[in-house]
Amino acid sequence: MHSDDQTPDAAGPLPQGPSRRSFLKQTGGLLGVALAPPIASQAEALADKMAPASPIISGQASMSLNINGQARNLRLEPRTTLLDALRENLDLTGTKKGCDHGQCGACTVLVDGRRVNACLTLAVMTQGKQIQTIEGLAQGDELHPMQEAFLRHDGFQCGYCTPGQIMSGVACVKEGHATTDDQAREWMSGNICRCGAYPNILAAVREVAGQQAKG
Amino acid sequence: MNNFAYTQAASTKEATAAKAADKQAAFIGGGTALIDLMKSNIEQHSLLIDINKLSMLGIENAATGLRIGALERMSDVGEHPLVVQNYPVISQSLLASASPQLRNMASMGGNLLQRTRCGYFRDTAFPCNKRQPGSGCPALVGDNRTLAILGGSASCIATHASDLAVALVALEARLTLESPKGTTRTVPLADFYKLPGATPNIENHLQPGELITAITVPAAAHARKSHYLKVRDRASYAYALVSAAVGLDVQGGTIRSARVALGGVGTVPWRVLAVEKYLVGKPATEENFRAAAALAVRDAKPYEHNKFKLELAQRTIVRALLEVV
Repeated sequence: MHSDDQTPDAAGPLPQGPSRRSFLKQTGGLLGVALAPPIASQAEALADKMAPASPIISGQASMSLNINGQARNLRLEPRTTLLDALRENLDLTGTKKGCDHGQCGACTVLVDGRRVNACLTLAVMTQGKQIQTIEGLAQGDELHPMQEAFLRHDGFQCGYCTPGQIMSGVACVKEGHATTDDQAREWMSGNICRCGAYPNILAAVREVAGQQAKG
Repeated sequence: MNNFAYTQAASTKEATAAKAADKQAAFIGGGTALIDLMKSNIEQHSLLIDINKLSMLGIENAATGLRIGALERMSDVGEHPLVVQNYPVISQSLLASASPQLRNMASMGGNLLQRTRCGYFRDTAFPCNKRQPGSGCPALVGDNRTLAILGGSASCIATHASDLAVALVALEARLTLESPKGTTRTVPLADFYKLPGATPNIENHLQPGELITAITVPAAAHARKSHYLKVRDRASYAYALVSAAVGLDVQGGTIRSARVALGGVGTVPWRVLAVEKYLVGKPATEENFRAAAALAVRDAKPYEHNKFKLELAQRTIVRALLEVV
């Protein structure tokens, strides 16, 4: 693992502080509107009333994401999704890119304990939140009960949807939405398996739900 | 996805002012619809204004009924005891929408502003009057199986996709909107949406910079006895072919008040007042439900592949009404 997570930039050292581009964006955007009245005293009175304009990020910016309990520092554009940040910038390739449009569930991760589609989540909007991926599920060599159950029940064929299925299954059980077969099917419907391993996936999720119910 | 700038607004005023100052800006809440549209190059935005720090939360009983902050997530509203008990049609419409992951992300306000799933709108290789005004509508003579039989025009027959909106229109919900000047107004959701007419690119009556901050729903007996029935091509995680949001207040076997709205058949969520009017004062029988349901599609205009919706819409209404008697 690199000691510094920053993505090397082929163009050379990255500019510090606001870039020229972001400065232009700011002056042309919010500040341009706020400062439009030309009379200084009016502008001052206005500034008193208004909260300071929030910064605008344009182009690459430094951010810190908390992933599997670790702070990871990186530079990303606002358009970078959490999925691409994980896979392309942090080499956490366990989270899979299927449809990239929120239709298949292969990219499911937990953000502050809730399952979400990482492909429709902007990385910049996950700062300050706890992100858990498939890589953060096992405790060292000890697999999470859901991972064990998927192995025991052969809950996959090609395996591509499996990390998403497992993350979704973990959340589904925690939410209390796996108490019957029908309920678990409905609440796992955001994860598509093209191989059709559904009966075995269902068995794995239901088994873990049963274990948790027994305490 | 084209690049864009991003800012997290610290106040509603800042958010609405930023949006009003830049025609190409968009608010982002959950982002599930927006990012998808931007990835598909259907929408391009210069600036995304993150509204998640604004105080637009809360699911609570207000003086006249239910009040829901626009930033509440679909999953939280769908499972909230107040909603489940007193407004089951809202809960059911939410939990029949999308997937658990998307419901965890998507906000209530954003849900109401989601755009059509019409395949021609979603594919930039085709012309589309909604996406590119004046370019034409291939759906009129093309694949129109999932499209609208009510409220269409010669320019557009795209179906409105929100399940939630159907339930809310049935219960006469209102939106609270805040303007860049800091003023607020409330509008009935039914009047918020615009029929396509000659300008299908304009979908609602939002003014520049205006933001949905809350949804209010009047309390009523027909809200407590309400139901959402969604008919689709697969059992879960699909858009409605036809859906019905219904509510009935039945006393001593006689219908005192009725609410009926349809999804999957209209260019906007489609309340059917004629059906409601027919039902009031009559015994709550299947025979009366059938006669009433026939009125729902009286003015419908089906196209080559969606004629089946005429019959399906009526059966969906009858089955939904049978659930609440």
